[in-house]
Amino acid sequence: MLKTTLFGLAAIAVIGAGAPGVAFARDQVQIAGSSTVLPFATVVAEQFGKAGKFKSPVVESGGSSAGLKKFCEGVGPNFIDIANSSRPIKKAEIDACHGAGVTGIIEVKFGYDGIVLATPVKKPNFAFEPKDVYLALAANVPVKGKLVPNPYKTWDQVNPKFPKHKIVAFIPGEKHGTREVFEEKLLTKGCETFPEVEAIADKDAKKKACTQVRKDGLVTDIDGDYTETLARLKSEPDGVGVFGLSFYEQNVDKVQVATVSGVKPSVESISDGTYPVSRPLYFYVKKTHLAAIPGLKDYVAFFLSEDMIGDDGMLAEKGLIPAPAKQRDQFRAAWKAGKMID
Amino acid sequence: MTDASTAKAYFQSEAAAKLVRKRYAAERRFRFYGMAMIAVAMFFLAVLFYTIISGGIMGFQTTSIKVPVPLTAESLGVEQGATPEQLRDIGGFKLTKIARNALYTQLGIADAEKPLKSQADKLLSNGIDTQLREILQNDPAIVGSTVDVWLLAHGAVDPFVKGQIDRNLPEDQRLLNNQQLAWVDRLEKDGRLELQFNSGLFTNGASADPELAGVAVALIGSLFIMILVVAAALPIGVGAAVYLEEFAPRNRFTDLVEVNINNLAAVPSIVFGILGLAIFINFMHLPRSAPIVGGLVLSLMTLPTVIIATRAALGAVPPSIKEAALGVGASKMQAVFHHILPLAMPGILTGLIIGLARALGETAPLIMIGMVAAVFEVPSSPFDPATALPVQIYMWAGMPERGFVALTSAAIIILLVFLLTMNATAVVLRKRFERRW
Repeated sequence: MLKTTLFGLAAIAVIGAGAPGVAFARDQVQIAGSSTVLPFATVVAEQFGKAGKFKSPVVESGGSSAGLKKFCEGVGPNFIDIANSSRPIKKAEIDACHGAGVTGIIEVKFGYDGIVLATPVKKPNFAFEPKDVYLALAANVPVKGKLVPNPYKTWDQVNPKFPKHKIVAFIPGEKHGTREVFEEKLLTKGCETFPEVEAIADKDAKKKACTQVRKDGLVTDIDGDYTETLARLKSEPDGVGVFGLSFYEQNVDKVQVATVSGVKPSVESISDGTYPVSRPLYFYVKKTHLAAIPGLKDYVAFFLSEDMIGDDGMLAEKGLIPAPAKQRDQFRAAWKAGKMID
Repeated sequence: MTDASTAKAYFQSEAAAKLVRKRYAAERRFRFYGMAMIAVAMFFLAVLFYTIISGGIMGFQTTSIKVPVPLTAESLGVEQGATPEQLRDIGGFKLTKIARNALYTQLGIADAEKPLKSQADKLLSNGIDTQLREILQNDPAIVGSTVDVWLLAHGAVDPFVKGQIDRNLPEDQRLLNNQQLAWVDRLEKDGRLELQFNSGLFTNGASADPELAGVAVALIGSLFIMILVVAAALPIGVGAAVYLEEFAPRNRFTDLVEVNINNLAAVPSIVFGILGLAIFINFMHLPRSAPIVGGLVLSLMTLPTVIIATRAALGAVPPSIKEAALGVGASKMQAVFHHILPLAMPGILTGLIIGLARALGETAPLIMIGMVAAVFEVPSSPFDPATALPVQIYMWAGMPERGFVALTSAAIIILLVFLLTMNATAVVLRKRFERRW
């Protein structure tokens, strides 16, 4: 017992003393970020590894903001090479990158994602205008020329065409990139149709009036994945949930989508721009890592190939909305040129 | 005399009898509460096991389609008698096409019917090229012949075969259209489509397709982590506890250390992840996403549990044993290591198992060190990227494809079996060390 104990202690001491300063050369690409991009990055990484020339990349999950934070921590084999993001990088994040010595950030756009409003099947379906969504979910709404705390409790009060159901909605939490798109493309769009809001001169106050969501318990922020939203809808069948188009497509037997401004969300209507609630998807690459990490360059090129992001590519099967062919050529040209955003 | 008679009279009185009845009733009630509490606990345990096992049992099976695949040298683009290396280098696209063409023939789809062909493609998994490549590499002589191959079905087919999605739903609420469903039925009738044991679940790593996803990376990752936790936390924890309990002087400093160890046992686990990121990755430059870091982080988390349990076990050894050893001339160290420690072993093992069980179920500290990730290649050393079993469960629970629902439960079953094996080993060890006095 004594001998084994001492031997164990010695082994630990050796690990502890020997490790500092030993930098482990890395031979696979490390990626982190958005949970929306995760399924797509997983497909690309899997196929990339299957081709056999390089080791499969490791794709961490955790959200756009967490991914960009990790991305901006430093340069070297201990830091990730690529950050997946469902929104463009912010100025503050670029500054944080520079603060840690991360320069030469290349932005790569690769396709689009649609955001849909859905209700359980067998329940009445909705035909939303952005205005309706704003009136039902905002904290303060204009009534008779004044902004007042949201008085509406049922859908038919918002729009007489809607059923007389209690307003219940499950929307993505603040940590999701999806929330920003939801605020911008639905709430703000709807709120700008009201002269009372347009009359607010102060830009910040106006933004707040448009994007603040009611806190009286009728609207729930979901910080988890879409599977959680789906589970909440199951226990609250009168509710409306916000999903990604790809998630909806895998669960057509459980939920149905609402139209927005009269357009039904589909790959076609989103790629031609008639369905309004969509956003581009990105990933960010460290230029300084391109030479040091084997396979990094090839991974990005593979990601942008027609086999992946094309109209019949593998990502379309997983719910990515392919960009028009001309844009895809631009994506590839931009990557080849290696233009940095900082 | 009078005292005794009054006492006797009192005990026989109605009031005393009432009191006795009341006490008995209180005891009966307490027993009933106790049984009711156990019944409630058992009920929830039964519900938990029922939902997990009934949901997970399907995850151990997967749908396959038997198709005669002509592996001609011409279609493969190799010569007769090609070496395994040459066969390995055949492009995946070519192999996929061969398998798909075989299915078209089986279903009787004419060459010109493009839309039908692309619908039929959706019946087969994306992993069929790997399957064919393995068959070719295992037996290079097979080139030139036609073989019956059980090709993996697509993840969208699986839930229909298992009856997890109602096939009577309207066509636009199904992932398979009427034509595809008709094909599935026909293949099933011909005995060419059936549920088979999902061996990929134990040999594959992460995948975006449920029929190709497996727990191998997570299982090996968890195993590495557990070995590291035992190797690091057991000697350090036991050493610290022995010193504190048997050798350390009692003063303010050791009191402070003791309070801190007790507090450390209650620190939220994510804090250890942050610590691990700062020390092991950013300072010591150990690789990201590697079980070596995960193991060290979870060792730190397990240490307080081991120390507290070991101290309690050492304290429970009767002092007479130590005194007897000292009395016959043993040094203090001999007394501790020859007598007290072996007798305390069962208690130490119990503490270690509690700590290990907690470490096995942790995901929060692993987020910070990059182990919550999709890892495709099975790690060969603790320095290669890997995940852990609870991480795999968490990641699968968030996937949109229906097939992952069953896989999630299946992974939970595997985690429980892992835990039970670990506990059983500890019980066996404890029985060996156990001594009575």
